[in-house]
Amino acid sequence: MSSASRLDSFSEFDAPETRTQSNDQHPRLASSPVLMQSQAVVKSYRKGKIEIPVLHGIDFEVREQEMVSIVGASGSGKSTLLHLLGTLDSPDEGEIYFEGNRIDNLPAASREILRNQYFGMIFQFYHLLPELTTLENVLMPVMIQYPFMKYLGKRRALKKRAKELLEMMGLSHRLRHKPKELSGGEMQRVAIARALISEPRLLLADEPTGNLDRDAGMEILDILRTLNDQHNLTIVMVTHDLAIAEMTDRTVRLAEGLVTSV
Amino acid sequence: MYKWLLSWRYLKSRYIALASVISVMLGVATLIVVNSVMAGFSAEMHDRLHGILSDVVLRSHNLDGFPDPNWHMEEIRKQVGNDLEGMTAAIQVPAMVSFSHNGQWVTRPISLVGIDKETYGSVSEFSEFLLHPENREKLTFLLREEGYGKGKKVSFPTSGWKRRRVQAEYEQAVIKHQTGAEQFDSGIASPDGFDPTQLDPPEDVSRGETVADDADLPPLPPLPELDIQSDQIETNSVVDGINSVPFQQPLDSIEFDPMTEQHIGIVLGISICSIRGRDESGEVQDYYLCLPGDDVKITFPNSGQPPKAVSDTFTVVDFYESEMSEYDSSFAFVPIERLQHLRGMIDAQSGVGSVTSIQIKLKEGADLAVVRDKLQARFPVHQFGYQISTWRDLQGPLLSAVQMETTILNILLFLIIAVAGFGILATFFMIVVEKTRDVGVLKSLGASDGGVMRIFLGYGLALGIVGSGIGMAMGLAFVANINEIASWIEWLTGQEVFDPTIYYFSEIPVIVKPITVLFVVLGAVAIAVGASVLPARKAARLKPVEALRYE
Repeated sequence: MSSASRLDSFSEFDAPETRTQSNDQHPRLASSPVLMQSQAVVKSYRKGKIEIPVLHGIDFEVREQEMVSIVGASGSGKSTLLHLLGTLDSPDEGEIYFEGNRIDNLPAASREILRNQYFGMIFQFYHLLPELTTLENVLMPVMIQYPFMKYLGKRRALKKRAKELLEMMGLSHRLRHKPKELSGGEMQRVAIARALISEPRLLLADEPTGNLDRDAGMEILDILRTLNDQHNLTIVMVTHDLAIAEMTDRTVRLAEGLVTSV
Repeated sequence: MYKWLLSWRYLKSRYIALASVISVMLGVATLIVVNSVMAGFSAEMHDRLHGILSDVVLRSHNLDGFPDPNWHMEEIRKQVGNDLEGMTAAIQVPAMVSFSHNGQWVTRPISLVGIDKETYGSVSEFSEFLLHPENREKLTFLLREEGYGKGKKVSFPTSGWKRRRVQAEYEQAVIKHQTGAEQFDSGIASPDGFDPTQLDPPEDVSRGETVADDADLPPLPPLPELDIQSDQIETNSVVDGINSVPFQQPLDSIEFDPMTEQHIGIVLGISICSIRGRDESGEVQDYYLCLPGDDVKITFPNSGQPPKAVSDTFTVVDFYESEMSEYDSSFAFVPIERLQHLRGMIDAQSGVGSVTSIQIKLKEGADLAVVRDKLQARFPVHQFGYQISTWRDLQGPLLSAVQMETTILNILLFLIIAVAGFGILATFFMIVVEKTRDVGVLKSLGASDGGVMRIFLGYGLALGIVGSGIGMAMGLAFVANINEIASWIEWLTGQEVFDPTIYYFSEIPVIVKPITVLFVVLGAVAIAVGASVLPARKAARLKPVEALRYE
């Protein structure tokens, strides 16, 4: 029994009406609208006086309900691209669109709302807050979203939802544990629950299995697959593991800052 | 929400930051203790000073004083109006007191105050400072039977009539013995027949006459040679006290019997005739050179030009103990009428005596400075030459010195808390560096710069509240038990922390002012928050990508 089967019973993640309910992936994907798009994105980093170019003009798009993997060697710029998509950073040149709106030049407050409510992010090193319990970590995005009083008002509903998500991840016995008491796979599942709590439109995953052994990695991938298949969550995943990339709908290959094959 | 949660969790999990708060804590505790003790001392001193001095004093520059005090008092009443609570006229002159102790005459300078016993107690707490409980109720200038120092912690030696009778009996016995011996030894007396040891102090019963004036000399003991030596008595009167005994009276005197009679009463400042020291076991003890019931001689200038010294004998009827050594060692009080008479201050025609000062007590809450200025306007300096001052003016240098000490101590101690603030600053920078990745996570989850900043400001606030809270509790506990702690330190180090021979208080006085405590705590919290501003800004400005990459 995998986490994936538990996901089936999770009703709140039903796709919006606009999405098609078809499980027939490729024809569906070809026809579904573009959710996110980058046009000729250029990014370089400065290290002292030396400018290190990372992305040389990336054209990239994700359709709704698609699960895309970005692969490439270390230093190929795949993580940088993901950060740009997640508005954690701004491109030097080029544009990024989300649902048809340009997002790379939005003011800080709007980008914070995007990150908080429209994107979910998971990382290679899980990035849970060590002082907080599992449940509190999962609740963090909604704590950020709602002001103090409003949060207190909604607390019961939000906690219930967080518990359901953790149950779905098979972690209902770990609610009061601190991250350091959890295994790597458990921590990544907590991170996924955290990414899902504000019902994002897009999940950005940065090497989610990179720090896990094979079994735990496969379990995480199963969860992501299920989220994509059964709940129609759009996922962009960066990985260097080609075996994992093959399990996604589509693979984008980056080399030296350019898209080499789709 | 997440800001408070994280601030709280950081507070609970970062003990290094709590360590940095200890300095805040100690600073707050020290400030509270120092302020309480200083406030205690200064309040005690204010009380004492104000208790001794009346609210406003009008003084003449001239020792001869000004005539017609009643007219002045009437004018003052008109000026001050409803604020007036009490008023009294007094005379203050420099004087000398002489008393015999162990066969030695002790002479000390004093400040002699002639007071109106009915009204003097109404302008200051004069009555409170008297030793006999009944004199505190009503001062009569009459010697009491006994009961001096009732209610004092340390027992007071026997005084009053009880002491006077025993003393007189003893002295009469001594004189009887000496006179007998003299008659027996008269054949081998010194060639000129004069033996100063046999002579009584001629002033003993010469009331109110100048030293030089021997017209009223009392009858001397019937010594055969005496008549021839009367000139020498006068010239030797300075040394004649060497061996004489107090209250030595002629055996055949019918004018004055010290067993049953007293001279005009005088109230002496307690330190004029007492020595404070320690006994073998180290306990503080007062040793009295003379006591109520004894007679003393007072010498003071009369109001003639140039002034001549006038002497008179008074019977000590009580002691005055204000616990301000400056006053206790200099003031002596006698009835004003007697002093006016002795100094020749009574106008021959009107029979009204002059006074040198009028002391005024105002109602609670009256503005002393305003009243002073009103009186100043009524009695302009160029016309009257009076010095009009409030008690604060008179003690201004002392009060402002205490005030300045308190201020400087506060500044210094706040600097300590400021140092603690830099400790927090450094610790916080470290914590921000340590939390860089968490900041990145929070930002990737949509936290704003302001939100991140508030986490660390909230953390600083929490540290400040915890530190100053514990510091406040420590400080208040210290203040509440300060005397126990002082004696404990004394026991531990063998060093006297609080020497009652210096301070006249038996305990360290403390006053906790809630407003001071509040300011100290708020100041410390503000410093803690202030110190966290820079690190918090640094955290807020971290770029999420760089923060996430940070390992």
